[in-house]
Amino acid sequence: MPRPEWLPARRAREPEAGDAAMWSKCQKCGEVLYQRDLAANLFVCSRCGYHFRMHAYDRIDAIADNGEFTEIGGDVLPQDPLGWTDKRTYPAKLSADRERSGISESVVCGLASIGGHRVALAIMDFHFRGGTMGQVTGERITLLLEEARRQRLPCIIFSASGGARMEEGMLALMQMAKTTAAVSRFMDEENFFVVVLTDPTSGGVSASFAFQADVIVAESKAMIGFAGRRVIEQTIRQRLPDQFQTAEFLLEKGAIDMVVDRRNLKETLVRLLEYAAHE
Amino acid sequence: MSNNLIVEREKRLIELERRISELRESSSAQALDMSSEIGALEQRYQQILHEFFGTLTPWEKVHMARHPNRPTSLDYISRFDRFDELHGDRHFRDDPSIVGGFAMLRGRPVMLMGQQRGRDTKENLRRNFGMPAPEGYRKATRLAKLAARLRLPIVTFVDTKGADPGITSEEHAQSEAIAVCLQAFSRAPVPIVTTVIGEGGSGGALALAIADHVMMLEHSTYSVASPEGCAAILWSDSGKAEEAAARLKLTAHDLQRFGIADEILPEPLGGAHRNAQDIVTRTLDAVDAALQRLTVLSSEMLLEQRYRKYRRLGEWQAESLEPARTAR
Repeated sequence: MPRPEWLPARRAREPEAGDAAMWSKCQKCGEVLYQRDLAANLFVCSRCGYHFRMHAYDRIDAIADNGEFTEIGGDVLPQDPLGWTDKRTYPAKLSADRERSGISESVVCGLASIGGHRVALAIMDFHFRGGTMGQVTGERITLLLEEARRQRLPCIIFSASGGARMEEGMLALMQMAKTTAAVSRFMDEENFFVVVLTDPTSGGVSASFAFQADVIVAESKAMIGFAGRRVIEQTIRQRLPDQFQTAEFLLEKGAIDMVVDRRNLKETLVRLLEYAAHE
Repeated sequence: MSNNLIVEREKRLIELERRISELRESSSAQALDMSSEIGALEQRYQQILHEFFGTLTPWEKVHMARHPNRPTSLDYISRFDRFDELHGDRHFRDDPSIVGGFAMLRGRPVMLMGQQRGRDTKENLRRNFGMPAPEGYRKATRLAKLAARLRLPIVTFVDTKGADPGITSEEHAQSEAIAVCLQAFSRAPVPIVTTVIGEGGSGGALALAIADHVMMLEHSTYSVASPEGCAAILWSDSGKAEEAAARLKLTAHDLQRFGIADEILPEPLGGAHRNAQDIVTRTLDAVDAALQRLTVLSSEMLLEQRYRKYRRLGEWQAESLEPARTAR
């Protein structure tokens, strides 16, 4: 299976980066980590276990067998349906995010194998527009679910999102309806749907396909909720406890199936896929 | 001092109305002919009415949609032939911000649901300002599934700032409640007709609005985020709410252009509350007409059409500058 075109290009750029790019500081404990070690540890702080937010291509490398991945919907690219401008124009934001993240939208979708099991895989990336769901996000996820349904493949979606993308207005909100319709059709047949909630997942994504899965896994300490923390704090006019809206909190409240350390995630997914793969 | 633009303007009209009726009274009491003064004032009244409400900006429509006297879901529900309310999510509690139950419309049994805000503080506290909790969405899910089993068409009214963003709602998995409600509406093999009557606030509104026929009152709004919230996040300045309202494309006409709203119900000059009786009648007529068109379709056909309707939204031709979808 071919690797996505952007992967070798991205890899080739990395050694040219300066010293600053060689080191990353852990947001949680302040530990300074050598980039190569951090990547080898799946972007988990070796000192405190903090899970860094991952880029889509790093995630694919970590999850897909041999990093092999055939992209679906990569040629569906964002437009500017409302002619949006706030402090910057929407097209300017899109191109800045494309440059920064190395991907063309907030989700990368495709087919891959995980532990030998063929799956349809969607990876959302918070580095592109805060992982917000725009029309292309919804379209790519829908295309993936339709392909998974055709091929009777299990589908795994890694979510990371601030919700529906405001710059695309109601057309973005409607992606909740569109992905819901695709998920429902997929699940109405004997197909298996797993979502991995990663930091952060909220709003229109958590309130649509993310919480429609058969099995909902969350990465350790990921922030997950409907409303953003700030919105709630403003509404109730008090500070929320740190534990609020974490993966562990949701597990305790019965909203998700399991919390998994990223370093055990692939193994967990393979185990889950084995239950759906029996004849 | 109200923070509603429309209410503020109406105060000036009320002042004029008072002067006109005073003049009328004194002219009849004193048997004086003041018809020319009264006529002039009435003309002035009509002129101001048009000035204020003839064309509304998106921001003015936001205020109109939130007007305290605007007909709420129960004003529509009470005009069905009959209504038998069903309560509760069967797990935790009944959420009064979503009202639902069996109803008859022109002799046709339907499942009816609506988001309900209050008119005064007391009622608003009880209804949580029309912001449903997970229990409300779970009740809606239950009723949608029941409608599917009994083959009852579903009729909904949308009027909410959004889903409740509180601590308890998060603890009770608001995301899951909305996500599952969306699925119930997406799957229901019966006609669904939705009318946005006031504010359609984001995912909390959409949960009751996946439908075969979506109508919007002329001055209702439907948006991905509140203009205030959008301004606070994208401009870091909630004072930019008016600009955000214009940019969000949240009016009925915008949404008809996008193919999200299928029909617009015109409102009287000055808004629905100026002739609530009439707007409710015309809305129920339109719901009835939509149901008549939809009930002849087989459930397979309905589900296929509904899938395609939402599938098309935001469908882009690869690498092209124009959406594949053409505006209807």
